[in-house]
Amino acid sequence: MSTYYAGLFADVGILLLGALSVYVILATGQLSLGNAGFMGIGAYLASYLTVTLQWPLTAALVAAALACGAIGIIVGFPALRLRGIYLAMATLGFGEMVRSFFLNFEPMGGSGGFHGMTHVSLGTIWLWAGGVLLAVLVLERSRLWLELRAVHDDETAAGLVGLDTTLTKVGAFGFGAAIAAIAGGLFAHHHVYIEPANFGFERSIEFVLAVILGGSTVGPGALVGAMLIVMLPEWLRVVADWRLAAFGAFLILVLLTRRQGILDRPLLARLAFRRSAA
Amino acid sequence: MLLQQLVNGLTLGAVYTLIALSFSLVMGILGILNIAIAELFMIGGFLGFAAIAAGLPLPAAVAVGMAGAAAIAFLIEKIAYQPLRDAPLITPLLSTLGVSIILQNVATNVWGSDPLQLPAEWFDRRFQLGPVSIGAMQLVVIGVTVALVALLAYLVQRTSVGRALRAVAENRDIARLLGVSASRITLLAFMLSGALAGAAGVMISLHYAAITPYVGVETGLKAIAVMVVGGVTRIFGALIAGPLIGIVEVLTVAYGGSQVRDLVVYGLMILILLLRPQGILGGARTDLGQRV
Repeated sequence: MSTYYAGLFADVGILLLGALSVYVILATGQLSLGNAGFMGIGAYLASYLTVTLQWPLTAALVAAALACGAIGIIVGFPALRLRGIYLAMATLGFGEMVRSFFLNFEPMGGSGGFHGMTHVSLGTIWLWAGGVLLAVLVLERSRLWLELRAVHDDETAAGLVGLDTTLTKVGAFGFGAAIAAIAGGLFAHHHVYIEPANFGFERSIEFVLAVILGGSTVGPGALVGAMLIVMLPEWLRVVADWRLAAFGAFLILVLLTRRQGILDRPLLARLAFRRSAA
Repeated sequence: MLLQQLVNGLTLGAVYTLIALSFSLVMGILGILNIAIAELFMIGGFLGFAAIAAGLPLPAAVAVGMAGAAAIAFLIEKIAYQPLRDAPLITPLLSTLGVSIILQNVATNVWGSDPLQLPAEWFDRRFQLGPVSIGAMQLVVIGVTVALVALLAYLVQRTSVGRALRAVAENRDIARLLGVSASRITLLAFMLSGALAGAAGVMISLHYAAITPYVGVETGLKAIAVMVVGGVTRIFGALIAGPLIGIVEVLTVAYGGSQVRDLVVYGLMILILLLRPQGILGGARTDLGQRV
């Protein structure tokens, strides 16, 4: 595999993690536009651990994920009083605040960025990305996921049948934040240089787009979406300078014709050569 | 020094007010966040800029910016909102995001990604008011904003079109039963909001004396914070929140360093969302429970 494609596949793996972090939160009906903030915290924390404290990468990633999960839960409690667009706007504000914080945080380089990480191999990235995807797929078959879907479909009803909706939502938020932190840690060790601008609004949007394009009702949708977002602009090189516009048009087209995203349950069942339930 | 900063903050706040009004016209009436407004604002700025470069007088440049942005807003409503009207509220948010991506790409290709500068002689004229020095352009920005807000207030509060707008905002179905054409009102809300964003774009290029394709994300997004602080469903809450945020931002830059300002602005927004979701002006807590 050429270095060029290796770089692209690394981007797909990292974006897959970012998309999954949004997907888990979206499964409870909450849209987060600030996951790049969690990604940024994870990236800076993991880099600090490996560069300054000389931790091994795996330990650093696990620590970053746990720390971010905790931050996600702390942020989640007040934030989840809000719903829908309001939560989306609050998370947008959170993401911008994190970016702004690292811009001012001189111990980690401030606006100059931070470097010194050792490069991580493509295999390691995909080991993590694949592992998390697998974990989400297993989770999707569990009873816990049914509770998540119940909160998504009707929160009041879910509360009435005795589900702890706050715990479910905050838990999903924390889990999503932890996944975003892993994405950030891998991003930092893949690019071996990070700056606050890496974790801005555009990054959060990229995660959401991957989920929406790929399919927002099934886990593997995030994989399809991540592939599309990384590869499509490459394939669109024929239209040169207009490839972002073409991408925007494609996004609108998908939303207009296939609102649930490219991959959904019936399609997934057909692809798996299973008879779809009538 | 403090007075001078207040004047600068007011000018920036005037621009925020216009964009926040633009966001809240659509948000207040339809409950959706039209993210493309941030880029309409940028496009309006470039159109006004091109008009000035072509030798048109300032009022014509403002008109060009407004008309261009309103025309694009018309297309957004037809293509990216109308077909998705029954979808969950985040779907139009994402489709307008698609429009944003297109608009930013178009601007980068047409005008390039480097900032364009306005000729310096435009900014030489300054008036001295005691210790405060006001640029002619600052007066223009504040003046145009006041005029547009007054016009909008008249339109919304005193005309039959405005009554229809408020009726649809209150309850779409009942408004339709009473004979209001909700789809026409929706289209009108989009175009009005586009025109305001376009005017704000021309104003920001006068304020900074320059414009880049990235001004939409930098400044336009912050207007969402202004809208939230003013109260999402109260259209004119932005009148207080705009100058407030503008002054807060300029003061943080002056006394706390330029990098902290986003932290302060978005922090204020989150605080308001959590403690007083109906905005600083208060009002009914309606629609706050809308789901994704």
